[in-house]
Amino acid sequence: MTTDLSAPARRGTTTAGRGNSPRPPFGVSAVSILAVLIALFSLVPLGYVVYMTVATGWDTAVALILRPRVGELLANTLLLMAATVPLCLLLGVAGAWLVERTNLRGRRIWAVLLAAPLAIPAFVNSYAWVSAIPSLGGLGSGILISTLSYFPLVYIPAAATLSRLDPAIEQSAAALGLGAWRALFRVVLPQLRIALTGGGLLVGLHLLAEYGAFAMIRFDTFTTAIMTQYRSTFNGAAGNMLASVLVFFCLLLLMAEVRSRGTARYARIGSGAQARALRLPLHAYQIPSQAFLLALTALAFGLPLYYVLKWIVAGGADVWTAAEFLPALLATFGYGLAGAAATIVVAFPMAYLAVRRPGWFSKSLELSNYVTSSMPGIVVALAFVTVSIRVMPGIYQTAGVLVAAYVLLFLPRALVNLRAGLAQAPKELDEAAQALGKPPLLAFIRVTLRLTAPAAAGGAALVFLAIANELTATLLLSPNGTKTLATEFWSKSSEIDYAGAAPYALLMILLSAPMTYLLFQQSKKVAGQ
Amino acid sequence: MTAPSTRRLPEPRVSPSVAATTNSHLQITDVTKNFGSQAVLRGVNLSVAKGGTTAIVGPSGSGKTTLLRLIAGFEHPDTGTISLNGTTVAGDGAWLPAHKRQIGYVAQDGALFPHLTVGQNVAFGLDPAKLEGGRRAVAARVAELLDMVSLDPAMAKRRPHQLSGGQQQRVALARALAREPELMLLDEPFSALDAGLRVATRRAVAKVLAEAGVTTILVTHDQAEALSFADQVAVMRGGKLAQIGNPFVVYTRPADRATAEFLGDAVILDAWLEGSLATCSLGGIPVRRPPAQGKVQLMLRPEQIRIAEDGPIRGVVVDTDYFGPETTVRLKLNVPQEVAEHADHRYPGGGEVITIRHWNASIARPGMELCLRVVGEAVAFPMED
Repeated sequence: MTTDLSAPARRGTTTAGRGNSPRPPFGVSAVSILAVLIALFSLVPLGYVVYMTVATGWDTAVALILRPRVGELLANTLLLMAATVPLCLLLGVAGAWLVERTNLRGRRIWAVLLAAPLAIPAFVNSYAWVSAIPSLGGLGSGILISTLSYFPLVYIPAAATLSRLDPAIEQSAAALGLGAWRALFRVVLPQLRIALTGGGLLVGLHLLAEYGAFAMIRFDTFTTAIMTQYRSTFNGAAGNMLASVLVFFCLLLLMAEVRSRGTARYARIGSGAQARALRLPLHAYQIPSQAFLLALTALAFGLPLYYVLKWIVAGGADVWTAAEFLPALLATFGYGLAGAAATIVVAFPMAYLAVRRPGWFSKSLELSNYVTSSMPGIVVALAFVTVSIRVMPGIYQTAGVLVAAYVLLFLPRALVNLRAGLAQAPKELDEAAQALGKPPLLAFIRVTLRLTAPAAAGGAALVFLAIANELTATLLLSPNGTKTLATEFWSKSSEIDYAGAAPYALLMILLSAPMTYLLFQQSKKVAGQ
Repeated sequence: MTAPSTRRLPEPRVSPSVAATTNSHLQITDVTKNFGSQAVLRGVNLSVAKGGTTAIVGPSGSGKTTLLRLIAGFEHPDTGTISLNGTTVAGDGAWLPAHKRQIGYVAQDGALFPHLTVGQNVAFGLDPAKLEGGRRAVAARVAELLDMVSLDPAMAKRRPHQLSGGQQQRVALARALAREPELMLLDEPFSALDAGLRVATRRAVAKVLAEAGVTTILVTHDQAEALSFADQVAVMRGGKLAQIGNPFVVYTRPADRATAEFLGDAVILDAWLEGSLATCSLGGIPVRRPPAQGKVQLMLRPEQIRIAEDGPIRGVVVDTDYFGPETTVRLKLNVPQEVAEHADHRYPGGGEVITIRHWNASIARPGMELCLRVVGEAVAFPMED
């Protein structure tokens, strides 16, 4: 498939060109083959699920899927999503609108504070809430904790879109006789559709994939059930069928997002300087707005931070035994760096094709990547466990497999950055370098790679920090005896050693803070495109 | 855009389009190029003399940029050959990549490297190892080049984004000149600049290139730019070169109606041609090299039609547009007296609305009748089916 795709473009050259290929920096087919191999590799988890479902056989599959336990999990998951996604949308949009479109006092500080909860991994948030209210459990607390953890996923893109929204659109609405409130609902909110469906999808996928936060409060979802099955039967058909259902829901969410996003265009049309945003005076609502934001950030960010610090104070110097947390910190850094580097290397050919040779070929590669991005960590981990045991037993529980899983899980983050970076390095610059006497490969290195480097570094940083907080896949795939910050935190808090877990929570929050800031900054840029 | 019509120009040379002359620097023969199923170039032949300036002009999508990219070596031709100095660089099994072609290339937006300073940009193509005096020689050469394009050498320390559009283009030119290319390729380098800066930058660039004696090819969609910049204009349309010649020739004697209308405003009238005299609503007008006899289409440039004190050719002013230095006047032509008298079916005409130009805005008011006379020769095209 791969060679045929690029052949038409090169057919003339291969027969005529005795000299070098004119296509920098390595022939089309080399990049294409590489990208297809990566895409195939990225489809391993989906392939695993499909294969397992088929291998289980129709009757067994039906029997395993149509049972009360699955119905229970289904009800839990659906209720959780039905409540949490709308809540996140509401909180995210309300926050974004207050910050970007009203004369809210201190809006610069609020803008950052509303994104800050993202710096607290959901399972740390859960740990803090359980510390505060030990009796927490069940659907209600699941909704509470996941809403507080994930509403920034809606807030960040919504705020970015609102800040880039052309005020002229609102001015036109005003000129057409719409008051501020009607303009908000008829003109402004419809413009947020892409941000809202994208954010809603992310919240949904996180809800499906999260393990730690729900396990901590003993709230069962498909992911926690798969983990339990895996722990008890290792690789049973029941667990695999749960994974199939989980993947089915992920794909369903993906399709819902594609459908609702539609083909509409919301980019600013026309050129020229953009006017300053209009800000609605809050008047009497100023104080209630401040109170609302204060309560929200206190619950989502203040409370977890407070309890982590409280446990640290309670634990005193005893919990900071270097022999324990230093190896975990080092392992986290090691995996983070290796995973980040590997992810950037793997993402580059795909980003290159998407930016430099857009077409149905790069589109289909992107689609495969999009599907992979929806795979929960538990499914990726299960697939890698199974494939490594069955196909290459030698690599099971080696660091390489874990790094490969990280690559798949965080490839999309690196891609977003690399694509933006490559877009800053148009091929005209490469050509200019060639016209100045540099051979294609040298031109590519000195211009394109050099110009993409900052974006690649940004992407690598995001991947690194995401790996530092990854729990589910790390639990399943890490080599025996390897401890990371996340797994150490998990084992301590599972043993109700809350004070002992606190230093790891604090380190993860400190590591996540810059990631949150990076994501926040990046969103502002992406929304403008 | 208004070509001087009173000045007597020297007899224009009509350069044959395909003839491979011994001093031709660039020779393009039967080049075709497809992108997928779309034919972008459909058999292009072009010869560019050493030291000459050629403008390839055409509407967007005509294939002119693709042609330039083929010359630069960024793309392969599907068929046909491209030769530089008599050596085939593309086609016929030969291929010389861009970096070995000894070309200078200036892109539409300058394509300056954003991560390098102005000085580093200009020095990008220079090899300190090959330059006598090493790094210091590079710095001296950069200063010399910046001076050549009328930029302060102190600008070498600035970043590209700190420069204006016109300055960026000059830096791009200095960078391209650094390696002393034999052939300079300019891909719409002035189109991103605003009107005033465009003319000034174009003049400056033309001067530098002429002084350096570099063979230059300019691609543009702006016919005025092409006519003023080049000593050979190649009009491109639909992937083919519709006409190649010196600017005066292609403007005053376009090969077909589409070329005539692309290169400037044209007055098109039905006419009857006998020998080399065409009769139309503007009276009898001499035609150079009549392509056919009988019914033809006649092309005149608006500036060839003057307002006269008196005369048989008259028109009634329909409306006017005032532009400051000139006013365009739309006139509905009367049926010439002799045509009316003879009522001869062979003499078409009367009643056409034409556009002329005049410097004096107060000369025409709607409804006024004006007398007209025609200066110079007209071009006749066979009737279109």
